[in-house]
Amino acid sequence: MPSFIQNLLSNRTARGYLTQLIVLLGVAWLGWMMFDNVATNLRQQNIASGLSFLEEEAGFGISQTLVEYSEQSSYGQALWVGLLNTLLCALLGIFFASILGFSIGVARLSPNWLVAKLAATYVDLLRNVPLLLQIFFWYFAVLRSLPGPEASFELADSFFMNTRGIFVPSLVMEGYGGLVAGCMVLGAVFGWLVAHALEKRHAVRPIWLGKTMLAPGVGLVFGLFATLIFVGVPAVDYPHLDGFNFVGGLGIIPEFTALTLALSLYTAAFIAEIVRAGIQSVDRGQVEASQALGLSSRQELKLVVIPQALRVIIPPLTSQYLNLTKNSSLAVAIGYPDLVSVFSGTVLNQTGQAVEVIAITMAVYLILSLSTSFLMNIYNARMQLVTR
Amino acid sequence: MNNAFLKSTREAPLPPPVSTSGVVGWLRMNLFSSIGNSLVSGALLLFLVWLIPQLIDWAFVRAIWSGESGAVCRVDGAGACWAFVNAKFDQFIYGRYPEAEHWRVNVIFLLLAGGLMPLALPTFRYKNHVVLFMLTVFPFAAFVMLLGGTLGMPQVETNKWGGLLVTLVVAITGIVASLPLGVLLALGRRSDLPVLRIFSVLFIEFWRGIPLITVLFMASVMLPLFLPDGVTVDKLLRALIGVALFSSAYMAEVIRGGLQAVPQGQYEAARALGLSYWQTIFQVVMPQALRIVIPGIVNTFIGLFKDTTLVMIVGLFDLLGVVQSNFTDPNWASPQTAMSGYVFVALIFWVFCFSMSRYSVSVEKRVSFNQR
Amino acid sequence: MRYRHLSLIIGLILGIMATLIVIPMFEPQDQFPMGATTGTLPSAGVPLPKPTASNYAVATNQKSTLQVVLEKGYVQCGVSQGLPGFSNPDDRGDWRGIDVDVCRAVAAAVLGDARRVKFTALSAKERFTALQSGEIDILSRNTTWTLTRDTSLGLDFIGVTYYDGQGFLVRKESGIKSVYELKGAAVCTNTGTTTELNVADFFRTNNIPYQIVAFEKSDEVIAAYDAGRCDAYTTDASGLYAERLKLTNIDEHIVLPELISKEPLGPVVRQGDDQWADIARWSLNALIGAEELGLTQKNVRSFLKSENPEVRRFLGVESSFGESLGLQNDWALNIVSQVGNYGESFERNLGKETRLGIERGLNAQWNEGGLMYAPPVR
Repeated sequence: MPSFIQNLLSNRTARGYLTQLIVLLGVAWLGWMMFDNVATNLRQQNIASGLSFLEEEAGFGISQTLVEYSEQSSYGQALWVGLLNTLLCALLGIFFASILGFSIGVARLSPNWLVAKLAATYVDLLRNVPLLLQIFFWYFAVLRSLPGPEASFELADSFFMNTRGIFVPSLVMEGYGGLVAGCMVLGAVFGWLVAHALEKRHAVRPIWLGKTMLAPGVGLVFGLFATLIFVGVPAVDYPHLDGFNFVGGLGIIPEFTALTLALSLYTAAFIAEIVRAGIQSVDRGQVEASQALGLSSRQELKLVVIPQALRVIIPPLTSQYLNLTKNSSLAVAIGYPDLVSVFSGTVLNQTGQAVEVIAITMAVYLILSLSTSFLMNIYNARMQLVTR
Repeated sequence: MNNAFLKSTREAPLPPPVSTSGVVGWLRMNLFSSIGNSLVSGALLLFLVWLIPQLIDWAFVRAIWSGESGAVCRVDGAGACWAFVNAKFDQFIYGRYPEAEHWRVNVIFLLLAGGLMPLALPTFRYKNHVVLFMLTVFPFAAFVMLLGGTLGMPQVETNKWGGLLVTLVVAITGIVASLPLGVLLALGRRSDLPVLRIFSVLFIEFWRGIPLITVLFMASVMLPLFLPDGVTVDKLLRALIGVALFSSAYMAEVIRGGLQAVPQGQYEAARALGLSYWQTIFQVVMPQALRIVIPGIVNTFIGLFKDTTLVMIVGLFDLLGVVQSNFTDPNWASPQTAMSGYVFVALIFWVFCFSMSRYSVSVEKRVSFNQR
Repeated sequence: MRYRHLSLIIGLILGIMATLIVIPMFEPQDQFPMGATTGTLPSAGVPLPKPTASNYAVATNQKSTLQVVLEKGYVQCGVSQGLPGFSNPDDRGDWRGIDVDVCRAVAAAVLGDARRVKFTALSAKERFTALQSGEIDILSRNTTWTLTRDTSLGLDFIGVTYYDGQGFLVRKESGIKSVYELKGAAVCTNTGTTTELNVADFFRTNNIPYQIVAFEKSDEVIAAYDAGRCDAYTTDASGLYAERLKLTNIDEHIVLPELISKEPLGPVVRQGDDQWADIARWSLNALIGAEELGLTQKNVRSFLKSENPEVRRFLGVESSFGESLGLQNDWALNIVSQVGNYGESFERNLGKETRLGIERGLNAQWNEGGLMYAPPVR
């Protein structure tokens, strides 16, 4: 008998199967234990379970809603509002962080000593201080230095800034807002496709025929036409002080400003380092060769340096974008109604269904992360193929 | 042969042109090499001349350094209220850890500093032993010492811990627990056994896909329901479990990078020598892989160290949590209290993180030098 | 067998052993200062009473909370993370407040020693899970009694410690005199509390536009209000009095006269343990009843010789009501002599002499115009 066991253990394949079986059983046992405990605990203490609570009336207000939401809306709609707020903050944060990060990354390599040193100082300073602290700092520092609504900073009687937020005039779209936005996206896609086709035929084009200019440009033109067709010349809604606060126009709450600002500044420091490493990874010979070929410095950057640098930059850049999205959950600390704050905060407290609420929140973030990294992997694979 | 027209002595070399040497040359080369550069430099210099005196004025000249209460900081034109930090300093470091027992925390701090110091010396020979000591004996000794209840030391419950102490406990537990877990997960992800590989991938991608704050919420709200009836886990310990699981996933990815960098030939050579799987891993591959990823590990640790501030959201009093909760002390209310507190915390974190990142850069240079 | 991995195995075993040693250390140990501590508490340790025969059928597979408490020798009590007057650690880290006194009363009744309480500070989010999962034995954390909480959360409210209502704090310079003038105001509040729902209901039914700004922690709410983010700060009126102390300049703010909701704050226990619920309920009743009977911490011992049958029953001199609860007969005597009566606790923590300076109002005895009414002990 012992010799049989010894034989089994010395057989590589058998040992492999045995190990897998043990791990499988172990994980299954752990999972079952947890499930059983949760079930027993919930049953014993008469705690409600299931997802039916998503249909119930929420009963609380939310300070920033991108879609229709009122106190009578359901918990499910509150989840949706929170998710959209997270996405808005993440997308804007990614936009600003990219611009700032690329500029600072390039600035670090500037021949101007002062510019390079200041960029390095920025990176060293921002990267080594916790993000949560920076969010608190921006929120309370900015809030305390702003005037109240009666004494707002104002510009041309239509732009206002005070402790309640930033208020700008908005266009009255009479319910066609979604349609116009759709047309703009359509236009942007169309412009991008045209630019893409042009790029294939002509290696060098005037700057306004590039993707960066053509896509948003055509989008704007489409939006403009759509507005004229559906709404006519839209009325402008100016913000004005009514009672305690401004009404009308578009209001941007300070929590959103502080969070987006902190996320952008913090992530920009990391992106700057990634960009610097990417540019430095391009062989010096490549630059010399392109100069020898007589390319202008713009062409050299656009056709030689950036494509090669991007290949190094994109994988870590993706993970920075994902980090920014995940870090937007720190909104809970300053009361910006993002997914975690609305759903794992308020809804969890009101319903008490901790297991379901946290599981849903985690699932949403997982889907966001995994789908982003999936898309970026496809893009990355295409970028890499160019080298062969 | 008449060589008279040849000079027989060597002429001293001319000094370099003024425009490329000395202070002026440096300025011209680095700040004013072109019109555009000159404009940029000028603007930035003006900005610095405007900014720096204000900062110095706020932080030193007009700052209030000591005082019994917030009244000293409420005077008009006062700068930073360092008196607040001064008065609350003990609390910021130890939380509500009983004063008579502070020496225990100090001993741990000293041990930690003493253990980390030799690692920064490139010529120190017994680094491996020190690392082993810091990763195994030290954490347990620290917990025994801090908790007490044995060896004649009175027990100090974890709800009395706070400040920098909690920050360090969370960060160090995270790193110490995540290293072995990370090694196992990284090996699992590269294993030939599909079950191990799938579980490792699922585990790693799950924890990397969600924000730390939801992990902490889960640990504080959901974990009690996962445990059998009547079994309860300390609040700090719950956060520690969450942080350890979270950081182990990141650590696994760092270590996997190191494993991938070890050439395949090393595995084959080990196999040819007749080494078993574990021997191959622990005697051949891992030592090389870990050496390559030391900078990555340090960077993960920096991230983890900064992320420890999140535990304040679930109600633990780490450094940031303690400082912030003191802002509402009516005795110390003043316009500058909050700003001074934040700057103090930022400074402490900055010193820790910056020195670690410098260490990581120097190791990186050394490693890449050795590889050439 | 091969022994090459012996070192690895030994290392593993050592690691597991060390873990096993360390983890139990997180379990609180039975260590109480037995020397003289505070004047309000007796200076000598009291021996633990034995569990007495009880009238409660307890499920056989599970220990009752009373058994658990008697075994470990202390009551684990969930409190707030710091709300002056209700539950707040003082400079030395000792918990003070009216919610704290309820827990001390339970400990005095069950264990004969009001000091045998351990406190767990809980956020609004954690409080119910902590109770549900058995981490704490009783939750006494300014929690509003509502139907949902009493039913679908698996909790049982056992009475009311403080009759509260939701109020508003505004800046004096805003000139607001009434809640109904808050048109278009930004209102700061805590997330996940009944206040957040009440405020929505109130403004909706009265058709007043408003903007809600909700934060997770009360410290952040008050900081944001102080920084001018909101026109008004709303929470339970008692909370307003307490949080007000954290403002930079207290004199610039006033509390509006209206209360927009009913907020009966009370202690909570787990559903399904009737004996423990009764013990908690009657500990609270004893606090309130003692005030009505005129028993105070100082004079209660002199009443032991009282002829009044009501007092004699209350103090356990006559009949054995304590035993019906599963306690000693002097349970109420212990509560009053160690914690005091409800009125004393109120004055000590919230009353005129404290910084909070709250009037008794609704929380006066029923025969003095309030709502505090303890059922009779008989």
